[in-house]
Amino acid sequence: MQRIGVFVCWCGSNIAATVDVNAVSEALAHEPGVVFSTNYQYMCSESGQNLIKDAIKEHQLTGVVICSCSPRMHEATFRKTVAAAGLNSYMLEIANIREQCSWIHKDKAEATEKAIILGRAAIAKVQLNAPLTPGTSPVTKRALVIGGGIAGIQTALDIADAGFEVDIVEKQPTIGGKMTQIDKTFPTLDCAACILTPKMVDCAQNEKINIFAYSEVEEVKGFVGSFTVKIKKKARYVDPVKCTGCGECTEKCPMKKIPNEFNLGLDTRRAIYIPFAQAVPKVATIDPDHCNMLKNGKCGLCAKVCSAGAIDYKQKDEIVEREYGAIVVATGYNPIKLDDYDEYAYAQSKDVVSSLEFERLTNAAGPTGGTLLRPSDGKHPHTIVFVQCVGSRCSNEGKGKSYCSKICCMYTAKHAMLTREKYPDTDVYVFYIDVRSPGKNYDEFYRRAVEEYGVHYIKGMVGKVVPRSDGKLLVQASDLLANEQLHIEADMVVLAAAIEPDKSARPLATMLTASMDTNDFFTEAHAKLRPVESPTAGIFLSGACQGPKDIPDTVAQAGAAASKVIGLLAKDKLTGNPCIAHPDEWMCNGCSSCEKVCPYGAISYVDKEFRMPDRTTAIRRVAVVNEAVCQGCGACTVACPSGAMDLKGFSNSQIMAEVDALCKM
Amino acid sequence: MNFSYYPGCTLKNKAQDLDRYARLSAEKLGIHLEELSEWQCCGGAFSMGKDEIASKLAAVRALNGAKEQGQDLVTLCSACHNVLKQANDAMAHDEEFSEHANNYMQLEKPYKGETRVIHYLELLRDVVGFDNLKKAVVKPLTGKKVAAYYGCLLLRPSKVMQMDNPENPTIIEDFLRAIGAEPVLYANRNECCGGYAVLEDRAIAQKKSAAVMENAADQGAEMMITACPLCEYNLKKNTPADGRLPVYYFTELLAEALGVKE
Repeated sequence: MQRIGVFVCWCGSNIAATVDVNAVSEALAHEPGVVFSTNYQYMCSESGQNLIKDAIKEHQLTGVVICSCSPRMHEATFRKTVAAAGLNSYMLEIANIREQCSWIHKDKAEATEKAIILGRAAIAKVQLNAPLTPGTSPVTKRALVIGGGIAGIQTALDIADAGFEVDIVEKQPTIGGKMTQIDKTFPTLDCAACILTPKMVDCAQNEKINIFAYSEVEEVKGFVGSFTVKIKKKARYVDPVKCTGCGECTEKCPMKKIPNEFNLGLDTRRAIYIPFAQAVPKVATIDPDHCNMLKNGKCGLCAKVCSAGAIDYKQKDEIVEREYGAIVVATGYNPIKLDDYDEYAYAQSKDVVSSLEFERLTNAAGPTGGTLLRPSDGKHPHTIVFVQCVGSRCSNEGKGKSYCSKICCMYTAKHAMLTREKYPDTDVYVFYIDVRSPGKNYDEFYRRAVEEYGVHYIKGMVGKVVPRSDGKLLVQASDLLANEQLHIEADMVVLAAAIEPDKSARPLATMLTASMDTNDFFTEAHAKLRPVESPTAGIFLSGACQGPKDIPDTVAQAGAAASKVIGLLAKDKLTGNPCIAHPDEWMCNGCSSCEKVCPYGAISYVDKEFRMPDRTTAIRRVAVVNEAVCQGCGACTVACPSGAMDLKGFSNSQIMAEVDALCKM
Repeated sequence: MNFSYYPGCTLKNKAQDLDRYARLSAEKLGIHLEELSEWQCCGGAFSMGKDEIASKLAAVRALNGAKEQGQDLVTLCSACHNVLKQANDAMAHDEEFSEHANNYMQLEKPYKGETRVIHYLELLRDVVGFDNLKKAVVKPLTGKKVAAYYGCLLLRPSKVMQMDNPENPTIIEDFLRAIGAEPVLYANRNECCGGYAVLEDRAIAQKKSAAVMENAADQGAEMMITACPLCEYNLKKNTPADGRLPVYYFTELLAEALGVKE
């Protein structure tokens, strides 16, 4: 029989206002095995913890039950408390009488009765608790960063700076991501390339950083501290070691009409290409869907002009297997497709463009060399209408997204301001629902667009864009403040498209067993207190894969994710969770039921020699649990037909004892 | 192939062309439309009032008629299609309405939305197939620049109608390509023509219809087609005579292409 102490917490008035704490501690004092029972205002405070420690010593307690908030809140705190008093920390049970009782009930008598029952169940369980010791597992001192945009780059640089190895896996032929396509950045208007490309070069030159460009993650196995990842290096058909990035091949390739992804299809590239001048690695890539040589064996011009002999039409995809201690997801975002936005005539008119397309049209390295020209006729536009919130802040049932995409108000202010500065003869209208400009120097920036640059900001939405045969776009909109309908003859319309997570995020989340929300953004472990960690141990989040973010926020989060990774990799060993599955080998008949349901691949089988009661030896097939891999989910204990599999700390008998106690009214 | 057919009131007087050419074309395509024996007015507009039962019963009666024939129900007029489809959806998914309606109807077996309602355009796309239609064409309308006008009722509410993408539809353009014509895309093909507002305030209908007509003409269309008698009326009667394009029912062009137009 255990000697059990019961400690009922008031949580100020959180519990005590709805639950009669005196009645609870009094009722539980008479439960079998309870030798001490009390209540206190704040059990988690230092004096509350001292009260527990003193009682353990004074009453020689062997088990402790704390009736308080959810174990998610303070289980770790109280485990340390009982351990400090010399008890095994797993001789503690928490009865949640706050979230599961006082907060959800109004009637004090009923809530008190329920609190007593919950306490009784915890007492019944602790009777059967046994001391547990957590195991340890090693840490591979290398991190994987998935995605090589500004988020991935910053995370990798920060981790490498602390002295750990980092691999970046990027699916495009170059790292850099969306930021490479941007011209200037708000609110300081410094050029994106000037601040990004040095970081890209740093990545390439850093000894600790290994870039897998044009590669994708194929498979992830293992757990925090020791992940095994298969990376597919897609065939470039160019030897990256020999290629000097001279670009000779990209000028001679006869396939000229391929839409250039980097400029969002506003111009063309060849079948062998380097995405842009500052690409890292600066290596040519052959697009197998358009290369004549790869498709039907005719051409071979690039191989002829390559003085380095780098072209290799026989190159195959290659799978590389690497070990990591931590994985950072930095898969970023994309603007949504606008083809369904018929009201803005996006699919009908070339002069209706997305904001990212507008970004390329104003970029010195873009298809027009930075001169703003209409895509349809190459003429200078004199009236431009910007439409905000296209697909953002919509009802969930429609085609758009329910959330605010966060970056659009600021980049639209930037576009409007820069247009007015460069082309003062251009009339610029911005239609908005609200202007959202929280952030350092953000509101000042937006106000400059309105007050100094004379951008017409109009509260209201555009209802219809009608392309006319004379090239004008007839914009019909409402001005909510003036309460009137506006008809504007525009030369260009720019749509601030909502942003959504990259399509690769969903399958990646499945591979990582990392959770996502309904919009496919990765979920953080705690919205406020653990914003850069996934609930899955060892998986960290960087940048817009977790939610819409601008560059400053992304870089801040990238650094935070890196610091969490560094904290993990700095450890030599990780302490595991001792509440893991454990088979009774004598009861196990090797049926494989548990192996099939285990989501972590923690269960395998061995043929083991047994000394039987009749003194013969028999070889039997029995289950073995890999203690480092098991996460203690308990699926196997339910699946086991013979009751051989049990979960330490949550054994079948403990659960049944709790149920019995709950039912004994 | 046999289908039950619900023509609706307008097709018996003002919009006889819509009906006549549809029947002729269907026969040519090997489809037999059997007019429901005792159909009544669909109600004209589907009442938004949840407790409004009486005006919806005629639609339920027609739906049940097709069920008793064991046939899918083909419609033609956009308004009838909209009402029948919405009434059918309510019978299938709105338990309270379904129970009330069945109490009134006193049918041998209660009606629970079993009938499949398809518009004539869906019949062409999903049953005949636009590829097969193309093969059946004897007089293709080559070089004819035609503006498709959808109006509001054909596609919305999209969850119930489930015909095409309500914001960027293609079904009538695909139909036009199948009969050899050249569809003209224009922004207002999906806007309202003014609809019933013409009864209250003709100026609204004139403004809305004119915007549709001007836009189609500006984009180079020679003619417009529609599936809705009310749209046809507004486009013909409430647009400025100067620059007004001829407006036809889509079935007339179909009959012409199939060589069955008298």
